[in-house]
Amino acid sequence: MFSRAYKAAVTLPPLLWVTAFLLIPYLLMFCYSFWSVSASQTIVHSWTLANYGQLLRVSVYWQTLLRSMWIAARVTIFSLLLGYPLAYFLSFYAGKKKDLFYQLVIIPLWVSYLVRAYAWKTILGSDGVLNTLLQYVHLTKHPLEFLLYSPFAVVLTLTHIYTPFAFLPIYAALEHIPRNLVEASHDLGATPGQTFWKVILPLSIPGVVAGATFAFVLSLGDFLAPLLLGGPSGIMISNIVVSLFGAAYNWPLGAAISFCMLLLVVTLLVFSERLEKKWSFS
Amino acid sequence: MSSITTAANTDAKSSGQTAPLTLLSIRNVAKQFGKNIVLRDISLDVAQGEFLTILGESGSGKTTLLRIIAGFETASAGEVWMGEERLDLQPPYRRRVNTVFQHYALFPHLTVEQNVAYGLRVANRPEAEIASRVSEALEKVKMSVHAKSKPSKISGGQQQRIALARALVNRPRLLLLDEPLSALDANLRRQMQVELKSLQREVGISFIFVTHDQEEAMVMSDRIALLRSGELEQVATPREIYGRPATAYAAQFIGHTNLLKGEVRGGTVRCGSLSWPVSLPDGPALFSLRPENIHLASEKSATGGHVRVRGKVRHQAFHGATELIRVECGDGMALVVRTAGSGGALHDVELEFSARDAVLVRESPERI
Repeated sequence: MFSRAYKAAVTLPPLLWVTAFLLIPYLLMFCYSFWSVSASQTIVHSWTLANYGQLLRVSVYWQTLLRSMWIAARVTIFSLLLGYPLAYFLSFYAGKKKDLFYQLVIIPLWVSYLVRAYAWKTILGSDGVLNTLLQYVHLTKHPLEFLLYSPFAVVLTLTHIYTPFAFLPIYAALEHIPRNLVEASHDLGATPGQTFWKVILPLSIPGVVAGATFAFVLSLGDFLAPLLLGGPSGIMISNIVVSLFGAAYNWPLGAAISFCMLLLVVTLLVFSERLEKKWSFS
Repeated sequence: MSSITTAANTDAKSSGQTAPLTLLSIRNVAKQFGKNIVLRDISLDVAQGEFLTILGESGSGKTTLLRIIAGFETASAGEVWMGEERLDLQPPYRRRVNTVFQHYALFPHLTVEQNVAYGLRVANRPEAEIASRVSEALEKVKMSVHAKSKPSKISGGQQQRIALARALVNRPRLLLLDEPLSALDANLRRQMQVELKSLQREVGISFIFVTHDQEEAMVMSDRIALLRSGELEQVATPREIYGRPATAYAAQFIGHTNLLKGEVRGGTVRCGSLSWPVSLPDGPALFSLRPENIHLASEKSATGGHVRVRGKVRHQAFHGATELIRVECGDGMALVVRTAGSGGALHDVELEFSARDAVLVRESPERI
């Protein structure tokens, strides 16, 4: 069909791009994770497993990693709980307003991440909108302190930011369900509830898996929301990586942590891909 | 109410049976989507155990009518009754009606067996009963060996059988079939027509079968309801609708025909160079004359009641057992004639037909 030269011309640029900007940097990062920093603040290019040992030994590192995963897991669950009903409503019941609602979900994605994170700061702060309101209606006497600079604030903000990412693949999966299957289910005597659990939900699993993967992976690596709203108790693993590559000047340890995260994410992607394949029937 | 129901009743009486029990009664149903009128004033009865075909071109509203019965669309006006029960007020999952969908609509995430069991499972039947009824249904459509397969792993014809088993296992009072054979190739299709008809006799459930294929309708149906642009053109047995078409459209849609536009004056109709006696009032009249009712005149048969005409053969098409020839009879009138294979090329011929085979048809259905 196409000549060999044409195929080469088409495949070469993306291949070069991936090699130069993904494969080589990852390889470099992998190498760094086995090097070390000398007392005179230079990188020592001799191989050692010390960084990985430190990762396991020093509790703040793996505890922060676990906390990040726990935050990401909560964000994933809340994004699905918000995104799925929204996608379901849009796909099955929005009728002619479908496009309008769809745009309403997408538009927040055009607003800068920073703006959305700052917005939550003004809402949740001790002089913020929420606390002022709560005091005004005499629900509390003093501003609630746990609202801002806490894991709560991070989970809330990340859920707000990543729900559209969970919504989109779910919506796509629901839109792909042939409507005659829903009719067939009703025709065979299934109530709308039974039809949801037995036909619609199983057929939308690939979308749910993709949405969950998006929400989890994106929020696991996030460092801006914890930086702005997390406070000391809301620090995530990426904040540690940032400081190790910055002020702390310990690139090898930062690389080791990054590599562990990469491994985690890749495992997750492989797993979710398998799950999606198992549940797709077209 | 149109004259159509009456035609159906006389038909039942003339065949000497006691009038069969009416199962489904469609009363003055109309449907419009916005400004687009899809069905107007449809009234139709379906008898217990009857195989009724709704026949029509695409866009005639046949699928919409079926969807109204199934409950996927609501009628803009009119009622649908099943026995003493008002069917059109029930949601689809409460109607004792099942559908075989055009593209089968099998659940892709369930096995063949689970697909067939679906209706019984949502009705919370005991597991033992489900198992026995499912295997019985699969046996009936000869698909037991594929019980554990996923629908994507079996052929179109097999999916068709599963869709049928999935519907029939629920023992509906009425089965709706929406062009279920349209996706099959010609041979399989003919085979399925025969199977479907004998299955229907065996289970004794009323079938409403929707198709655009007039041959299919003729082969399978007890009665055909011919639908045209949202209106019933004629409802009758295949023999009646073929032999005594009520309208020009019915005559043309079902089989080939010659439409003859004539003028009646003083008990004789004139139609180009043809004329024959009729007992009709003066005025214009339209007749349908089937090609197989016109014969090449043989010299000896000059009996009364036969109309004869000379003409030139313009076109001759060999169809195997028969031949279709097109004969020009002067005054720009042409007749299509079906003959037994003539064995050679024809030029000048004399044609004859019996006056009673020229059936008076209306331009459009009569309404009261």
